[in-house]
Amino acid sequence: MLLEMRNITKTFPGVKALDDVSLAVREGEIHAICGENGAGKSTLMKVLSGVYPAGSYQGEIVYDGARAEFRDIRDSEERGIIIIHQELALVPLLSIAENIFLGNERGRNGVIDWPETFRQTEGLLAKVGLRETPGARVESLGVGKQQLVEIAKALSKNVRLLILDEPTAALSEADSQALLDLLLGLKAQGVTSIIISHKLNEVRRVADTVTVIRDGATISTTDARGGTLTEDRIVRDMVGRDMAHRFPDRDRRAGDVVFELRNWNVRHPEQRDRRMIRDLSMQVRAGEVVGIAGLMGAGRTELAMSVFGRSYGRDITGEALIHGRPVDLSTVDRAIAAGLAYVTEDRKSLGLILDETIRRNVSLANLDAVATRGVIEEARETEVAETYRQSLRIRTPGVFQKVMNLSGGNQQKVVLAKWLFTEPEVLILDEPTRGIDVGAKYEIYNIINELSAAGKAVVMISSEMPELLGMCDRIHVMNEGCFVGELTAAEASQEAIMSLIVKE
Amino acid sequence: MEQVDPAQQAARLGIGAYVARHIRDYGLLFALIAIMVFFQVVTGGTLLKPVNITNLFLQNSYIIIMALGMLLVIVGGHIDLSVGSVMGFIGALAAVMIVTLGLPVAVAIPVCLVVGMGIGAVQGYFVAYWRIPSFIVTLAGMLVFRGLSLWLLAGQSVGPFPKSFQALSTGFIPDLFGMDRPNLLAMAVGVVAVVALLWLGLRARARDARYGIEGEPFGLFLLRNAIVAAALLFVTWKLAWFRGLPNVLLSMVVLTVVYVFVTERTTLGRRVYAVGGNAKAAKLSGIRTERLTFLTFVNMGLLAALAGLVFAARLNTATPKAGFAVELDVIAAVFIGGASMSGGSGKIVGAVVGAFIMGVMNNGMSILGIGIDYQQVIKGLVLLAAVFFDVYNKNKDA
Repeated sequence: MLLEMRNITKTFPGVKALDDVSLAVREGEIHAICGENGAGKSTLMKVLSGVYPAGSYQGEIVYDGARAEFRDIRDSEERGIIIIHQELALVPLLSIAENIFLGNERGRNGVIDWPETFRQTEGLLAKVGLRETPGARVESLGVGKQQLVEIAKALSKNVRLLILDEPTAALSEADSQALLDLLLGLKAQGVTSIIISHKLNEVRRVADTVTVIRDGATISTTDARGGTLTEDRIVRDMVGRDMAHRFPDRDRRAGDVVFELRNWNVRHPEQRDRRMIRDLSMQVRAGEVVGIAGLMGAGRTELAMSVFGRSYGRDITGEALIHGRPVDLSTVDRAIAAGLAYVTEDRKSLGLILDETIRRNVSLANLDAVATRGVIEEARETEVAETYRQSLRIRTPGVFQKVMNLSGGNQQKVVLAKWLFTEPEVLILDEPTRGIDVGAKYEIYNIINELSAAGKAVVMISSEMPELLGMCDRIHVMNEGCFVGELTAAEASQEAIMSLIVKE
Repeated sequence: MEQVDPAQQAARLGIGAYVARHIRDYGLLFALIAIMVFFQVVTGGTLLKPVNITNLFLQNSYIIIMALGMLLVIVGGHIDLSVGSVMGFIGALAAVMIVTLGLPVAVAIPVCLVVGMGIGAVQGYFVAYWRIPSFIVTLAGMLVFRGLSLWLLAGQSVGPFPKSFQALSTGFIPDLFGMDRPNLLAMAVGVVAVVALLWLGLRARARDARYGIEGEPFGLFLLRNAIVAAALLFVTWKLAWFRGLPNVLLSMVVLTVVYVFVTERTTLGRRVYAVGGNAKAAKLSGIRTERLTFLTFVNMGLLAALAGLVFAARLNTATPKAGFAVELDVIAAVFIGGASMSGGSGKIVGAVVGAFIMGVMNNGMSILGIGIDYQQVIKGLVLLAAVFFDVYNKNKDA
């Protein structure tokens, strides 16, 4: 065993992120960690790499035969543990060579030996199969190539254990294949890897062992070499219950058309020749939940933001109607007044003011409703927040808690409360259950069902296909700014959606 | 899920723990008291003589007036480095209009205030709508208006002002009760203020209790109010034995009350905090963030102009040096008062107390005859200590 993490428990204010997790990695293998969003995979890796230093968690780490207590990333890197995060940590304006040896410069007494730096960089680039000059600026490279630079950087530090967090999430199919091949090549050279991935076909292709984590606990560790491990088995371990019980039932009764988009066009805010949304039309009826499926970069969030007060893009054309009447959605306050609400994908940076209380977050989008002539009536405001706290079951002692102390699921309920208080006709929910635990997801689904039962039109954007399949009446499949297909609940399946996406 | 209820925790731990958790709020008040006691002792009682208390208000009025506007700018996530220069420029403008051109005071004052708003509007326009960092825009403004005041005054001091203009700063409110000394009006105002504060405090407590919010323990509430009340009565008593209530004190108090109300009770104030706390989230909640930023700068310009008038009236002359480096005192006062550099938090009362801390130190050190060199060093260290204290407490919580 190269690495053993034993009984790791890590607590944040309000949430137990890891609860008695164990992980054992053999020397020279590729070990995959699977789990839903928020299962605790990234937290576990941060514990391992010293981002959360020894002492901030319970449990022990045994690395290379000895107990290890890493104080910070530098500490773990010195022992050959290198982590490559989902968000790449390269400096875009520096060259490949400068990035690779950042903080680890070749030279002496603080004077950089450029010929040596470039020579070594060329060697490393050859190893990872990247054909670029060492002097090329990182910003000029695509994401796939940047990923390779990250790996070259890891190799420059004499890596023994390479950790990749969702390495192919942002890569094209070809780049993904190249990256997986590279991992297999490194394995042949004796480098041990841990790969965190949602893509089960990739996991099956490269992994020797698969560990599934769910709700902050280890569910299973399975040898994957024999080929007996099926994707179904992994999925079952990941979700922990049958699909049938993961989504609450709902009366599916659609009424009149509430929301309609006609020939919607949006261009990229900076690159004006790029058409991000092309001639898109859609309808949503009262009581309907309409899903939008698609890969990252398909334009789903861009569509929602452009509709919601032109918060994204430029040269927006097309018509929007609510209850058959054209509405002005040109600014966010007009969109809200027209009856639109948009629950953002990223609740922490776009949805909430983390340093403020629940009460102040709930009232934010409709302050005038708790004020008389511009003066806030705190009693009314408190009552409103209190009502939503109870009806949405936000688990907190009171509405005067700061939202940063809440768990992800409760934070998401605060965002929903904020938008429900604007009394919208149409709700656009962008990844409404991202990064929250399974129990809270179920509650969010219940809330969505209650909304549709109340006759609201709901649009749900999600990258989790099971969620779309379980919740939606219809699913639009989106690719490169267009709807490439529409499936009813009866027709829809993961395979059907995927084949529409790749049909292009 | 494990959640700790801070309210219940506080109830268990009592007054000491409550103070520890709100150390910043209480610390500020105690720091002001400690500094006052210290200077009262080392100056041999000069600090709290009636004439000096009156002076304290007159000397610091312009800082406090500008700190009100600066708090909003900083809460909104920006900074304004130009206020000292703008203040000097408006003083110069007033002098040229009134002294050189002989325009009536009643015309000059509104014109000056409008010009101040205009200056704020121009700077705010670049910051809000063109997204140029406020540091750069107002640094430019600082240079421009420093230069323009020099040009306007042609490098000379211009004065003196007519009596009616001087009254802005050095005038006193006549005693309605017709007494000379002691001034009964001053004392009456002190008593009324204490009663009003107590009433507001008790009302807020009752409201908190109704919603189950854990307020400060009652003993602490009494102690804090007793200290504030004693200070208020003491100050008004002392003022009563000099020349009564200075005009400028009245305008400061009125302005402070207005800004406390605006920041804590109105949708406008709430939205400024929201923009400073998370501009993107605020924008996606339908708040017109650009307009708000613009307005905070217009407001800052207005208050800088008012400060310029008050300052010129006090010196009874406009000089090219007026307002030099004052922006730093104003900004320091706001940060000593607990505002956060990243925006979204800070209180008007904190900024005012911060300004008084700076003011008492300036005044006390001047009485002691400490050189301007040491004064700067000490003020710098106090600012650093205050902000360090803030950051230290935040890290301790996390």
